[in-house]
Order: sequence, then C-alpha cells, then structure tokens
Amino acid sequence: MADRLEVLKTYKTYVGGKFPRSESDRTYRVTDVKEKHIANACRCSRKDVRDAVLASRSAFGGWSARSAYNRGQVLYRIAEMLEGRKEQFIKELELAGVKEKDARAEVHTTIDRLIYFAGWTDKISQVFGTVNPVASAHFNFSSPDATGVVGIIAPDKSPLLSAISLIAPVIASGNSCVLLASETNPLPAVSFGEVLHASDVPGGVVNILTGYRNETVDTLSSHKDVNAVFNTIADRETRKLIDENASISVKRVTHYPAEDWFLDDHENPYLILEFMETKTTWHPVGI
Amino acid sequence: MSDIKTEETIDKTSNGSPKPTSPNSDLKLDFASFWEYSPAPESSDFVEIDEKYNHFINGEFVEPVKGRYMKSINPATEEVLCEFAEGTSEDVDKAVKAARKAYEKTWSKLSGNERGKYIFRIARMIQERARELAIIESIDGGKPIRESRDVDVPLSAAYFFYYAGWADKLNYAFPGRKPKSLGVCGQIIPWNFPLLMLAWKIAPALATGNTVVLKPAESTPVTALKFAEICRDAGLPDGVVNIVTGAGQTGSEIVNHPDVNKIAFTGSTNVGKIIQKSLAGTDKKFTLELGGKGPNIVFEDAPLDQTVEGIVNAIFFNQGHVCCAGSRLLVQEGIAERLIQKLKDRMETLIVGDPLDKNTDIGAINSKAQFERIQNYLEIGVNEGAEIHQSSCQIPENGYFCRPTIFTNVSQSNRVVQEEIFGPVLTIQTFRTPDEAIEKANNTPYGLASGVWTDKGSKIFKVGQSVRSGVMWSNTYNKFDPTSPFGGYKESGIGREGGLHGLYPYIKF
Repeated sequence: MADRLEVLKTYKTYVGGKFPRSESDRTYRVTDVKEKHIANACRCSRKDVRDAVLASRSAFGGWSARSAYNRGQVLYRIAEMLEGRKEQFIKELELAGVKEKDARAEVHTTIDRLIYFAGWTDKISQVFGTVNPVASAHFNFSSPDATGVVGIIAPDKSPLLSAISLIAPVIASGNSCVLLASETNPLPAVSFGEVLHASDVPGGVVNILTGYRNETVDTLSSHKDVNAVFNTIADRETRKLIDENASISVKRVTHYPAEDWFLDDHENPYLILEFMETKTTWHPVGI
Repeated sequence: MSDIKTEETIDKTSNGSPKPTSPNSDLKLDFASFWEYSPAPESSDFVEIDEKYNHFINGEFVEPVKGRYMKSINPATEEVLCEFAEGTSEDVDKAVKAARKAYEKTWSKLSGNERGKYIFRIARMIQERARELAIIESIDGGKPIRESRDVDVPLSAAYFFYYAGWADKLNYAFPGRKPKSLGVCGQIIPWNFPLLMLAWKIAPALATGNTVVLKPAESTPVTALKFAEICRDAGLPDGVVNIVTGAGQTGSEIVNHPDVNKIAFTGSTNVGKIIQKSLAGTDKKFTLELGGKGPNIVFEDAPLDQTVEGIVNAIFFNQGHVCCAGSRLLVQEGIAERLIQKLKDRMETLIVGDPLDKNTDIGAINSKAQFERIQNYLEIGVNEGAEIHQSSCQIPENGYFCRPTIFTNVSQSNRVVQEEIFGPVLTIQTFRTPDEAIEKANNTPYGLASGVWTDKGSKIFKVGQSVRSGVMWSNTYNKFDPTSPFGGYKESGIGREGGLHGLYPYIKF
C-alpha cells in the first residue's frame, strides 16, 4: 500500500477563544534543527498584540470572578484534555527534532504541572491570606487577588512545558494572559490553544501569539492595559526594555529566566503570588 | 436655622408612611452658638529644634561634603524652622558605604533575637519621646497636633514594636522557604506622615536584617533627624540606619547608587514611574507606594450621620495629604441631596488653623508648592464647570491654609476627578446602581484604597470584591495598623507595607 499523503495543519494564533491568522497576513517559516520546513507560523504584528490584550481584558472580569474551586476544575480539565491528546504533542515536539523519549517526558511533566497548579487555586488564599489583629475595634483581613492582564514572554527551550509552566500559575489565581510563544518553535503552544479551547477555559483567558519577539515584546510590555509582565528572556537589553516600558503604567515585572524547565522548583505557590495583589478589608466591630 | 419639613423632604418608608425621625433631625450642626472655642495651644517650649541639622551617617551627625544646606519652613507661619544638609552624591556614597559595612560586619551577623531587641528599644524610645516628636511633626509639617499626637507618633512606635517581634520569627512567615536579607535598602519617604512613613520603611527593613539609607522629604526632615538621635541613644550599631537629607536630586542619587540592593519609595505616581524607569535593567528590588484617588461609595441604606463623619475623616484627615484619601465621593442618587447638605453643615464646624491648637481639625498645607498646586486644581475644577463649595471658616492670615472644599456637578473625565489633588478637596458624583458605582470607582489609573458605606453585609463584600484597590474600608475610613498590609493595585504602586506581607519586599529566598 502506498504511503498516504499527510494532511498538514495551518498554524494560526489563539485569541479571544478563536483561531485567527495574524491581521498582518504575514507568516514565517518554522524549521527543525536541520532547517527542514515544518510549518508556516503567524508573524504577529503590534495590532495582533493589542487585539489580544483587549480579548484578555474582556475575559479577566469573568474569570477572576469564578470560584476558586471552579478555576481548579478548569485547570484540571486542561490536564485531562492534554493527557488525551498527548501523542499529538509528542509528535509535534519530535517534528522539531526532540527525541521521542524527551518529548514524552516533556508532555508528561506539562500535564503534571497543570495538575499541580490546579490544586492551588482554592488554597492560595488560605496559605497566604491573613486575619490581622489590629489594635482598634475592627475586623481586618487580607487575601490575595488576581492582578489583571499578564503578558507572558515564553522562552524557546522546552516550548510546550515552558509555556504551560508560565500560563498555569498566572491563570490559576484568576488572571488572564497574552502569551508570546517561543519564536523558534511556537507550534506546540499554538496546538495547546486547541486543548484550551476544548477544556472549558473561557475565550480570552489565555491568548497565544506567535512571531518575532522584536516585533511584539515592545508593544506588549508598554501596553497600558497590561498589569504585569512575566518574562523569561535573560538578555539584558530585552530586560531593560521591558522594565522601562513597565514604568509607563507601573506594571509588575517578574524576570524568570530558567535553564531547565523540568525542575520541580517551577512548582511553587510563590509564582502564583507574583501575579496577585493583596487586598485588605476593614470593618468596625461593635453593636 | 432649621428648615421646616415639607411633604417632599420627609422620608417615606416602603409602605408610604413617614419614617420616624428625631425632632432635631433637621437642625444644622452649630457648635459655636453653644460655646466658643478658646485657644488650646499645645505648649512647645520644651522642644529643642536646632538651627542647623547634618546628615546622620555611620552613627554620627556629619556635615555635608559640599557644605550646602536647605531650609525647612513652618508652613503655619511661613517662618524658617531650621536648616538641614543637602545631600549630594558624595554624602549618599558615604551613607551607602556605612550601611554596607554595617550590614556585612554587624547587622547580618546578629541573631534575629538580638536584632529584634534593638528594634524594641527604638519602639520604646519613640514612646518616651512621643510628645516632643508629635509637636515637631506639627511644627515642621503643619498637621494638627491632635493627629500627630494620637495617630502619627503612637502608630510609628507600634510599627517598630510589631516588626521587632518578627526579627526572630521569619522562618514562620514564608511557608516552605527560608528567607534571606537583601543588603542595603535605599528608602525615600514623603512629607505627609514623616515619622510614620519612616517607621513603615525602617522597621521591616531592620527586622529582616537589612541596613538602610533613608531620605526624608525636604519639607519635613526634622523628625527623621530626631529619630537618628533615638538610634544613637538606643545603641544601634553604627551605620545600620543612615539618614541623608535633601530633595529629589538626593533621592535620585540613592536610587542610582550601584551598591543599593533595594529601593522603597513612597510618593507621587509620577516620581514613582521615574524611579521604576531608572531601575530598569538592574537587579535592584523595589517597592512603590504611590498616589491614589480613593472612591468612597455611599449606598442609600448607609447610616447617614456616621457616614458624614467617615467622609470628613476620609478627605479632611491630615489636610487631605493622604495617598489613600477618600477624595471621590460616590453617592447613591436617592440620598445625595440630604447627604451633601449634611456634609456641608458638618464642614462648617471644622476648625482650620494653628496646627498646635488641640481643637484644630485641619492644619496648614504642608508647603507653598503644595498650596499652589491645590489652588491650581481649584481653578481647574471651576474652569471645567464643576460647582465649588467651601466652608465659610476663618483662616489665619499667614501660613498656607485651605478651606475644606467640595466639588459637585463633576463628571468622570474631569481632571479633579481623575488626578490626585492631595489636599482637602472632595469631588462628589452620584450613581444609581451598584454596578455603576463599581464602574466609576474603578475608572481611574489608581487603585490604592476605597470606602463603602452600607448597612448590608453582602453589599460590602460584593463591592469589596469588585473594586480594585489594595485597601477596602467598609463603614470606616483611613484606619491604619502595623498588622494590616497596605499598598496599591494598578498605578498606585507595587508591593505591600505592614503586616506579614510587609516582610516580602525586604527578603529573598
């Protein structure tokens, strides 16, 4: 039997729960380590970033108002969906030259990481919230609260695992986000959009863009409706650009360069807290 | 004096019958006709303020390298209070070196328990010198003695007392992690609560094992220098606390000094942004406590008289020089007219004048520059078409004083609604539904503090969840406590001060 001709996939972006192409209609070639063509990915423009921020802002209110229990279930559902489609992701990583064993490990760790953060949604306030014994006759308590729209700049390394290691702690607490996927291999992140789409995550909570960082990072980090930036690019110039842009609207910036995304260190509640505000409520006590 | 109740002004209950009211419910507040207030000045003769103050570096008072001095003005009299050193890069460098040396040689080597004992000592000495500090705070900054005596100074001592206790318990503060100190902290504080802001900054920094270089504001440096005496008297190791005085340029020298590990700034959002920008690309940690435009939301079911007191406290406390001031009143339509009338009546009773008089409610505006800024905003408000109302009180001829002011007929886009005025100026808007109130409350770049007034608990929590601000005062306003975290969302800042959360900015894992 002759080999069947494979149907190739057109990779698009994931914005507001839809899969649009870049408004610029531009694409760029994604290749494997041997420069062999894998696919054309969207080369997103500044306008695409702005559209994604808008979608992210629109989704923030509803997502952050969900109960912590519900958000935990949704995150768990993402893991379930990924588990079901893991062969697809393993193949996709292999296409880019990752060995089968390593690809499988990456997908497995990704799934487990989602489970880890899913479990935190309804515990973070308990562990990091406080009742404050003020000296006056008031009841006073503090609890963590999502900061808003978070811009995530993902690295090229372990493109699936790293992207999800960044997204999970951000959305667990009720933030929405715009992810700039790996530049060299954005395909797993885009396919992950399909998983999100099938997992009860409201459209706009996670938005995934592809393209060149030098065309998108500036817009994302200077956008006034972005509350925080989660950056993994270690390069000094990029860091400085992000920091300077952040000062335009007092954004919170977390630089998080990592060599090895498989480490257990990436699983900790302090990453969730990086993108949360502390809200303190007072009320008089009396009759 | 009292209006006759007409059919329209009588409140109806849900079944249409008039609500029971007190027979005097329409009387305007008129304290003066019952008794006149005699002057009640706090005696200040035992307080010593030197003619000239130097930096406090490495445990001693040292003259500025360049020999330049600035003047601190008593804003209630416009007279020069004293001269103080203007810090240059040389002074800042000396201070940072002293702080570094103290960090490496002594402070980071002390056990938490010993560190804590030094901080407890400081807390006690502030209490011992409370009266003196309160008087100086009022003379130097213009705030009413009642506030510096009852709020600023006792709270400052309380912050030190609270954080002293943390020094040897830090391993319990961060689940699963062992905290480490950062090193040298550069701290820049504002003029609205000079000693209290110093306490907010220095107490957690020392408790977590850091050393500090602190710059007080150029209009209110004196209590910080008195605090330096306390550090000396408490036997705090040399260089653990260094005070360098000066203006913005001195602050920028601290921010940009390469050997500072962390910057903590409280002040305007504009300066905060400049600081954040100048820290770009460095590894310095920072916290920013910036401006606000606090919405104070009043629902129809709020207890009106208590609410009026709360509104007064929200905006006229400390002349409105409060970053978390409730400067935007949002009133539900049904009660707007009555509430505003009651507020106006209450404003008439506020005493504006000598900060050292114990009866004074509103003292002097902190500086000429701030006075002009407020006057400018009053003009902007009027030019934008807002209706201005000021109390008719007498104000002293000399000194910088501003009558309590409200603006009605304002819209969300008016500059007086959007921008922080930092004075006794309140804008009043109305709303119909809770959603509208929440939307208006959130419609500024700020998110520091907000207030909500209602008798209904569920409404408090709904509004509290939806308004994006770091502090939510329900049926109260402008309350502070060392155990209570404070800090903003959005452009009101980054990080929290106070409480367990106030330790985070001063540690690393």
